[in-house]
Amino acid sequence: MMHLTQLPAQNRFRPSAIWMIVPAIGLLAFFFLWPVLQLLTLSIYDQNGALSGDNYARIVSTPLYLRVLTVTLRISAITACLSVLLGFPLAYWMAGLSPRARSRVLIFVLIPFWTSYLVKTFAWMLVMGRTGVINQIVGAAGGEPLSMLQGEGAVIVGMVHGMLPLAVLTMLPVVTSVDMRLLQASQTLGAHPAKGFWLTFVPLSLPGLTSAWLLTFITSLGFFIVPALLGGPQQTFLAQLIISQIQQLLNFAFASTLSVLLLGATFIAWLAYDRLFGMSSLSGGATVPRSQSNVLRLVGRKILSVCAAVSQMIASAAEWILPAGIMSRLAPMYCGLVLFFLAAPTLVVVPVAFTSSSFLDFPPAGYSLRWFDLYLNSPLWINATLNSFVIGFASAAIATIVGGLAALGLAKTDMRWKGAIFALMLSPMIVPRIVYGVGLMYLFAGLGLIGTRAGLIIGHVILALPFTFVTIAAVLKNYDWRLDQAAATLGAARLKVLARVTVPLTKGALIAAFLFAFITSFDELTLAIFVSGGIMTTLPKQMWDDMFLQLNPTIAAASVVVFALALLLLLVAERVGGKKTA
Amino acid sequence: MGECADKLQVRGIAKRYGEIDALLPTDLTISSGEFLTLLGPSGSGKTTLLQMICGLVPPSQGRVIIDGQDQTDTPVHKRDIGLVFQHYALFPHLTVAENIAFPLEMRGLRSADVRTKVNDALELVRLSELGTRFPRELSGGQQQRVALARCFVYQPSVILMDEPLGALDRKLREHLQVEIKQLHRKTGATIIYVTHDQEEALAMSDRICLMNQARVEQVASPRDIYARPETSFAARFIGTSNVLAGKAEGKEQGPSVRCGSRSFGTQAHRFVEGEDVALVVRPEAISLRGEGENRLKGRVIETIFGGADVSVLAEMEEYGTLICRVNATSTTPALGEVVEFSWPSSAAVVVRR
Ligand SMILES: Nc1ncnc2c1ncn2[C@@H]1O[C@H](COP(=O)(O)OP(=O)(O)OP(=O)(O)O)[C@@H](O)[C@H]1O
Ligand SMILES: [Mg+2]
Repeated sequence: MMHLTQLPAQNRFRPSAIWMIVPAIGLLAFFFLWPVLQLLTLSIYDQNGALSGDNYARIVSTPLYLRVLTVTLRISAITACLSVLLGFPLAYWMAGLSPRARSRVLIFVLIPFWTSYLVKTFAWMLVMGRTGVINQIVGAAGGEPLSMLQGEGAVIVGMVHGMLPLAVLTMLPVVTSVDMRLLQASQTLGAHPAKGFWLTFVPLSLPGLTSAWLLTFITSLGFFIVPALLGGPQQTFLAQLIISQIQQLLNFAFASTLSVLLLGATFIAWLAYDRLFGMSSLSGGATVPRSQSNVLRLVGRKILSVCAAVSQMIASAAEWILPAGIMSRLAPMYCGLVLFFLAAPTLVVVPVAFTSSSFLDFPPAGYSLRWFDLYLNSPLWINATLNSFVIGFASAAIATIVGGLAALGLAKTDMRWKGAIFALMLSPMIVPRIVYGVGLMYLFAGLGLIGTRAGLIIGHVILALPFTFVTIAAVLKNYDWRLDQAAATLGAARLKVLARVTVPLTKGALIAAFLFAFITSFDELTLAIFVSGGIMTTLPKQMWDDMFLQLNPTIAAASVVVFALALLLLLVAERVGGKKTA
Repeated sequence: MGECADKLQVRGIAKRYGEIDALLPTDLTISSGEFLTLLGPSGSGKTTLLQMICGLVPPSQGRVIIDGQDQTDTPVHKRDIGLVFQHYALFPHLTVAENIAFPLEMRGLRSADVRTKVNDALELVRLSELGTRFPRELSGGQQQRVALARCFVYQPSVILMDEPLGALDRKLREHLQVEIKQLHRKTGATIIYVTHDQEEALAMSDRICLMNQARVEQVASPRDIYARPETSFAARFIGTSNVLAGKAEGKEQGPSVRCGSRSFGTQAHRFVEGEDVALVVRPEAISLRGEGENRLKGRVIETIFGGADVSVLAEMEEYGTLICRVNATSTTPALGEVVEFSWPSSAAVVVRR
């Protein structure tokens, strides 16, 4: 055994290992870093192409832009906090389930992913509108109708709903890998269960919680649909300004200046995170907190012990007041509520799709199949749906292969560059999509890739790469390389080893990565707005256009069809992936 | 009577998981300051019993009584019980010293007191230098010593240990066995210790509680359980035994057991004529020189050198393989040689089958 582990793995694999990373680096360098950098330089030219600081001067001198930036930051931060706070108990509860039950619950958590942002947001309008579901209930109870839309509350509801699945998905691997026996240990040492939870489980889940916060925060920064539809003028996001600069004012230089602003905010958040927690915790899995500065640790422990004391008091009081049986049912009840919140828009959309009226109304006045009819007979819609599937499959396949090879290559080398490559692989995740979209549009305009399927696929591959890379890298971390070496000593050539040993053993992760990439592409609107054109649209883009032309229940019918197809796909994937897909 | 000296009692305690009996109704009494070992094969219910005693698992039926008080429904953190886990369960986000301070902080001690107690505990397990390290920066043996210190530091009157040395290599185990014994002596704590290593059980315990298939098989001191096993399982599990199945025989020809065509003399026993029993003879009680009353001929098929002694395996005509242990300095028979083995009736124990 000794000599097996000491087979000169590095020496034998080093040349090929580097080649495995090259496609990913090449793609990212040319189609991601380059356009983003180009965009940034655009901001220091004026309309006539001369170097100037005018754009920045305009931002500094106009209070509007800084106010919009503040609103964007504040609402995004609140969204991220709420998503993590609401998601953590759910993740904790899921961690206690059997792997089988957990993957079932996960399907529920992911339901919002399968309904496009536009449709979800519409559903929230139907729920929270003046004559919406909530006001119908309030009215029936004899209350005054509430005005919920056009305000910060509605925006936050819509955004938390969108970000909660991402938060849960990000923190889940860390939360499930916390050793539950440590909770028991704390109790045998005399800690009240509530106290033990704060003193052991929470600090050990912290890497997952912080990376969930960061990802939801950065993703939220680029939102524009939700604030546009659910918020009022006071809730304008920076992304909305960028879009209007490009689509209405055609002022690319100023759009890029605003992008720089957004990117700068993202970078500061990201650097602070790296400083405090280290970037490697983004890759999931339980990482023991690295030796942080002592002050930080002590402060953290103080905060936790205060939380622990408070929650012990609350829990003791609750035990005192509430009937004994209730306490143990509290967690499932809470999780049921959260899952209901996640499914609510979908539950609204399904009946709306079957309405007989020409408006999006809930509950529908009568039922008919006319909108399905319209959808199925419209070449535009069918074309967009097909496109979405083709682009989704193609980009998911490419992203899985390229990301998988990079993960494999990186796992097999001990290069000094490892950290830098890791950061590069994750970078599409931390640059707001709107910024990337603008940059990509600029690059594609020069290459003639605007309005082509290839262009969309390239963009989606870039967006999906971090997810496929991280998913596969996490599994390879625990992969037993001696199996590959054993296969090699048994006479398998390198590609044979890959095909017969490595890939079958990591099948579960590959399928998960593929699904992740597919969803990313399938629900993608931002890039599509900038780089698609003519008839080359995707489903979300078609919905977006439709919304401005004639808003009718077709988009509900379309999303019900898509939802059904996606569910089918998921079931097939679960069949194929077997138990490993968890 | 004797209620006061009884530190801990379990009465008719049992656990079912659906269809599976993890532990059948069990009674056990442990007196103050005792070192009791739960010994048994994997899946025999040792961990289940331990977890019910400390309250991590609620029993399906039965009561747990500590110091004369029914504590069956007391939550875990309010019982005065320490538990040492098999894989240590040290908190990875806390330093060694913080780990040890944890139970003291839970009990609201003043920080000055915490500091002195932590230092004393570190000294007790000889880790004074390592207080500021994190658990992952320690070796397995050191981690286990931290787990012991974390348990002993708040002086719980009952300490439960679930295979605390299971993950360590043999040398380290033996070393830590001695340390645990000494900690026991110094602190006077009542200890319930789980292991499936019979040598460890024999070496450390005041009494051994032998478990098998969710039941208690026998509770006795190491000496008694070795010399007077009550069942053939006990005889086989602890030490090596020659076990012959047979039927108990009446008193007129003296206590004896009939095995197949022959009858062997035994110690006095309590079985009635014709009952199914087994005859147990330890290998070291058998000699090659024909001193005992019971004799058997057999062909030597293997000799195994074991340092101080040599084990001789022989094939008997009717009774299968017999093992006998002889002094290494005496001459050992050659392979294939037919030898007469013999043992005194006083060395033959009759047990339930
Ligand atoms: N949570 C559970 N659910 C179902 N069955 C369980 C559970 N815990 C234990 N069991 C079953 O109860 C029986 C006793 O388990 P227990 O853990 O007490 O054994 P053990 O003697 O500690 O074994 P080992 O030496 O392997 O630790 C086993 O058959 C086990 O499969
Ligand atoms: Mg056990």
